[in-house]
Amino acid sequence: MSSPQPKPRRAVALISGGLDSMLAAKVMLEQGIHVEGINFYTGFCVEGHTHAIRNEHRDKPKRNNALWVAEQLGIKLHIIEVIEEYKQVVINPKHGYGANLNPCLDCKGFMVGKAREWMEANGFDFIITGEVIGQRPMSQRKDTMPVVARESGAFDRLVRPLCGKLLPPTLPEREGWIKRENLLDISGRSRKPQMAMAEQYKLHDYAQPAGGCCFLTNEQYSHKLADLWQARGTKEYELDDIMLLKVGRHLRPRPNFKLIVGRDEGENNYLQGYRKRFLHLNAVSHTGPLVLIEGTVSDDDLLLAARLTARFGHGRDAESVEVEVTDLAGRSSKLTVPPLPANEIPPEWYL
Amino acid sequence: MATHQLDARGLLCPMPVIRTQQRVATLAPGDELEILATDPGVLHDIPAWCRVHGHELLDTTRGEREISVRLRVRG
Repeated sequence: MSSPQPKPRRAVALISGGLDSMLAAKVMLEQGIHVEGINFYTGFCVEGHTHAIRNEHRDKPKRNNALWVAEQLGIKLHIIEVIEEYKQVVINPKHGYGANLNPCLDCKGFMVGKAREWMEANGFDFIITGEVIGQRPMSQRKDTMPVVARESGAFDRLVRPLCGKLLPPTLPEREGWIKRENLLDISGRSRKPQMAMAEQYKLHDYAQPAGGCCFLTNEQYSHKLADLWQARGTKEYELDDIMLLKVGRHLRPRPNFKLIVGRDEGENNYLQGYRKRFLHLNAVSHTGPLVLIEGTVSDDDLLLAARLTARFGHGRDAESVEVEVTDLAGRSSKLTVPPLPANEIPPEWYL
Repeated sequence: MATHQLDARGLLCPMPVIRTQQRVATLAPGDELEILATDPGVLHDIPAWCRVHGHELLDTTRGEREISVRLRVRG
């Protein structure tokens, strides 16, 4: 009589929705490991919702890439909201920011740490990430990888299958749960090895976001967030703040207020959901955008805001445009203003 | 078997999926959950989430302003 098969070891894989984490999970599945995915929602994620807002993206499928990856791999995916806890990572990163307001090293340590908590709570054995040595200038370097393992508390239960051969053996390797020789030795910024693996595994149509999966790596977005912090005098934010930074054209004509101007029907519809919480303007004599005002405004500021509202609508070339102003109490008044000429809008007003 | 409702209106994906996941974790096998939402992304994401976790998608309805997705918790 043969002895029963040992229960497969279980790993939780950080799934971003991109190719590397997908391949890392696939490599472990090939070794007979039971893998489940975990995906964290910070509020800064570049995901389908931003596609859902703007008109220009409406022809594209609105898929959640992490879910798509899980489905391709045939694994479960647990999506975890970390919006509140993540604030400390963004506001006060121990290891500082990258080229923009991206706290990549702190972020990776935070996420692996959350995965470790999940692993412990659910009786899993180790953690998988799709990290590659040299892939990212801040968080994926040979000298910073031990930092992530240490600060997350994952230590040698953190396996990076795509570059594991280049790193010291982990617990799952020493215990024989996985074979070191089946790990890979990918390093550097080239995507060719990963693309070849994708081809080998017949994985197609995977997401390749140009700026990664996080808005904080985006220069323009970071500029708007820095402006928000500066205007408020504090590095605090709520989810709505960081969502609104993804939508519309943002202009700060004066230090005490800024405008958020819808750029198309999709964005105007989205901003409609916020209109009761902001003083807002919209042209009534012509079609045009919905404009939210953040900050406190004088009558003179309001006049300028109305002229800008007229400027971004179809009445931009008219002699005058009638603009409705609605305050926080829902009271409306109308201003008739000449649209502000484009050459009177200094470039520095645009955030 | 009980029928439950989740109000995810005004939330953008992936929040409706996260709320669905949290709610389903509290339900019994065979229970039905109707999710009301406004982000059309749920028409793709919640069915995908159901497939990944083995829950049964019963139907999706897209009204003028609201979307309804119904699922049955796996047995």
